[in-house]
Amino acid sequence: MDKKILAVLLVALAVAVALSPFASSNPDGLERVAEDKGFLEQGEGKEVITAPIPDYLLPGVENERLATAAAGFVGTLVTFGVMYGVGRLVAGRKAGARQTSP
Amino acid sequence: MHIPDGFLDAKTWVTTGVLSAGTLAYALRRTRQTLQDRQVPAMGVMAAFIFAAQMVNFPIVGGTSGHLIGAVLAAVTLGPWSASIIMAVILILQSLLFQDGGLTALGANILNMGVIAVFAGYGVYRLLERYRAVGVFVASWVSVMLAAAACAVELAVAETIPLAVVLPAMLFWHAFIGVGEGLITAAVVEILSRTGVALSRDTTKA
Repeated sequence: MDKKILAVLLVALAVAVALSPFASSNPDGLERVAEDKGFLEQGEGKEVITAPIPDYLLPGVENERLATAAAGFVGTLVTFGVMYGVGRLVAGRKAGARQTSP
Repeated sequence: MHIPDGFLDAKTWVTTGVLSAGTLAYALRRTRQTLQDRQVPAMGVMAAFIFAAQMVNFPIVGGTSGHLIGAVLAAVTLGPWSASIIMAVILILQSLLFQDGGLTALGANILNMGVIAVFAGYGVYRLLERYRAVGVFVASWVSVMLAAAACAVELAVAETIPLAVVLPAMLFWHAFIGVGEGLITAAVVEILSRTGVALSRDTTKA
């Protein structure tokens, strides 16, 4: 991989590990509106699936900041990996199409 | 503004799901024609960076917070079609792995942040491209406002809350969050261009 591209990945990991544990825990814009306008409870307990790392806290890590940093690290790498895989599939299909047409 | 399960009714999440799936299918066809193997790592790191940046909520006024969406960042650096795929990948992973955004609301969330924010933001960016960082800032702000407006419309269509109540409230908070989006996006685009990190957007232009 290009060194500059790798540098962006390292910056992403640094943001996830070092900054995310210090993110504001205030409600975001939509949560705030849902709270103020009284429809927040409509979303409570309605989750269709149970995610493995709910609320960006890696299970089994006691310290909340460490759990967030760990979730950020895992999530950033998984996102890179999945996007890379999807990208290869998309780019690869074109190469296949080229081989069949002269 | 990740909509959780329970906020939207079936007709709203099915409609938004169909709209998002259709757009993504078309985006995949567009990128398949132009995407080169060597550009794939750039898409990967952009997705990783936006995922990480979305975790960092910044405080705005009145005890509320916001975080980067990243739609304009991805669109300006890699083109809007690639950007919509990147945003969809992020939103799908956030929903499946982190319970951030409901599975039933995935179509709406992709429509708001991966389609509307991407293409409207990119359109504004193209109009204001000559103003460089200012153009990126304005495009980013508009992308957040339109995504927030779309979210409000969906909540109203689902009869969760009347539009006259939810639209002004969503636009009020996101006017501040959009400033954060604009500042972060303009700064990152500037850093990427000054350090010569070429993410080759020209190949996947609309």
